[in-house]
Amino acid sequence: MIRLQDIRKVFNTDKPNEFVAIKGVTLTINSEGATALKGPSGSGKTTLLSILGCMARPTSGRITLNDRELTSLPERFLTEIRRETFGIIFQQFNLIKGITALENVMIPAYPKGEKHAALKKRAMDLLDVLNLTDKAYSKMEWLSGGEAQRTAIARALINNPAIIIADEPTAHLDTALSKEFMEIMRRLKAEGKTIIIASHDPIAFGSDVIDRIVEMRDGMIVPSGDEP
Amino acid sequence: MSAIEKQRHILDFTLSSLGRRKSKNIALVTVYTFVLFLLASVLFLTDSLKKEAALILQDAPEMTVQRLVAGRQDPIPKHYIDSIKGIRGVQSVAPRLWGYYYDAFSGANYTLMVNAELNDPTGRVIIGAGVARRSAAGQDILPLGKNDVIPFKTYDGSVLTLKVAGLLPAASELVTTDLILVSEADFKKIFAIADDYATDLVLKIRNAKELATIAAKITQLHPDSRPILREEILRTYNAVFDWRGGVILMVLTGVFFAFIILAWDKATGLSAEEKREIGILKAIGWETSDILLMKFWEGAVVSLTAFFIGIFLAYLHIFLGYANLFEPVLKGWSVLYPNFRLTPYIDAYQIATLFFLTVIPYTVVTIIPSWRSATIDPDSVMRM
Repeated sequence: MIRLQDIRKVFNTDKPNEFVAIKGVTLTINSEGATALKGPSGSGKTTLLSILGCMARPTSGRITLNDRELTSLPERFLTEIRRETFGIIFQQFNLIKGITALENVMIPAYPKGEKHAALKKRAMDLLDVLNLTDKAYSKMEWLSGGEAQRTAIARALINNPAIIIADEPTAHLDTALSKEFMEIMRRLKAEGKTIIIASHDPIAFGSDVIDRIVEMRDGMIVPSGDEP
Repeated sequence: MSAIEKQRHILDFTLSSLGRRKSKNIALVTVYTFVLFLLASVLFLTDSLKKEAALILQDAPEMTVQRLVAGRQDPIPKHYIDSIKGIRGVQSVAPRLWGYYYDAFSGANYTLMVNAELNDPTGRVIIGAGVARRSAAGQDILPLGKNDVIPFKTYDGSVLTLKVAGLLPAASELVTTDLILVSEADFKKIFAIADDYATDLVLKIRNAKELATIAAKITQLHPDSRPILREEILRTYNAVFDWRGGVILMVLTGVFFAFIILAWDKATGLSAEEKREIGILKAIGWETSDILLMKFWEGAVVSLTAFFIGIFLAYLHIFLGYANLFEPVLKGWSVLYPNFRLTPYIDAYQIATLFFLTVIPYTVVTIIPSWRSATIDPDSVMRM
């Protein structure tokens, strides 16, 4: 369970271009199920997702993960939590150019020092589940949008994380591929993983995979009957 | 799970990263290799020359005694031999006749030295390889060989023609390239030195520890004499080669600084693509230390590759390629250049110095900008 308490995030503090992206958000996300952060561009979805995924620290407020306080942890521990607990799927996929899909999938596990053969087998199994076996040795720039998206999903899953975070995952996909993505999320949810998706695409937040929608606007959560 | 496996993964990734930025890295390695090649060539050549000179001087007399008149070297009276022989510890004393001869025909200075083996019959010379080549230079004739003749202009203006009886061995060319061995009678015909005088005296000493004492006794006995020890000659040679090496290094300083600027620019300026990659790696769970480890490997691979190729090429250049690039500066003997192959000699200490002055600073320089990028918040990648 992730609990956010009165989270604020300010960029460029004390500068003329100071900008408050999150204005006191309090939110609890349960360990199972799929949550969608919905809202227009600039509503603070991505910033909140970064804070949830331990990629950024809030300016103020507290975050706990399964009752463990994260806010004051040193960077090293945050990185370890990010690597072990979260699988992140970026809007632009953020795959590394010039290397194969297989290598891209294996990269998050490199710092763990796992045996190469075992790691490669795990990566191949994931690519197989996502129908990418024949693309394993293709360089990232040769992949289609859907294939790149699935490679990014495989990369997010390589360390077997409990929580999957996806930022605007369907922004660069057509309708069929967007639906395919949500089907993959359905399978992961069924495996017991927590899914958190930030999106303003109805195919994503409107899917029956999503159990709960949190609507955001101007850095705040829009109150609704659905909120805790 | 092991630290070695982690290093292996990161090194694998580094190698593929280097491959992805091929043109940048090839350019860097090429320039880096060239600089190391030049530096290592100077080191190898200077060291080998010093070593070579030491080997040849092994056979030189332990002590040479000259006579000075008004601070200049003057022929030494042969009667000095008897008094010097009387000093305890002196094994033998022999007079030596030698001098310099300017050959207007070839424009070169030769060293003429008397060799007793040529006394019977007279009229013969044995010449160094440089003399043989130089006499033929600029003319459409072959270098001098056995039974060819060399004309010498004597002190009174007449011409003395001597026949070449042989060439000095190529192995000693470093110090014999300009040498001509003649008989005592022919030497005196050319230079008009009186019979009871010699150019200098060479001494054999039983115990090397007594050299300084004997030298002091000689100066006491003959205040106008100057004893020179073999070690002093060797020291002079070393100083000359070090000085010449220094001249080349000074010239190379410009090249070295140009390289530093290039390396600094290429290695420290991370491209937008590289910064993006660092952001991605952090976001997917790499620690700052993992990124720095990757950049360390990157710098180490580039500089070690350049280091080993540079050293290898320098070795080929100096020991197999006759040191063509530096020949005029390091081996110049007035207008005669010795042509010889050096015995490979590498000083591990020098190699280590070169390593610490190039590989280590380069590797450190590549880490600094990455450290700056590696400490940024990983969420920056979310906004790319």
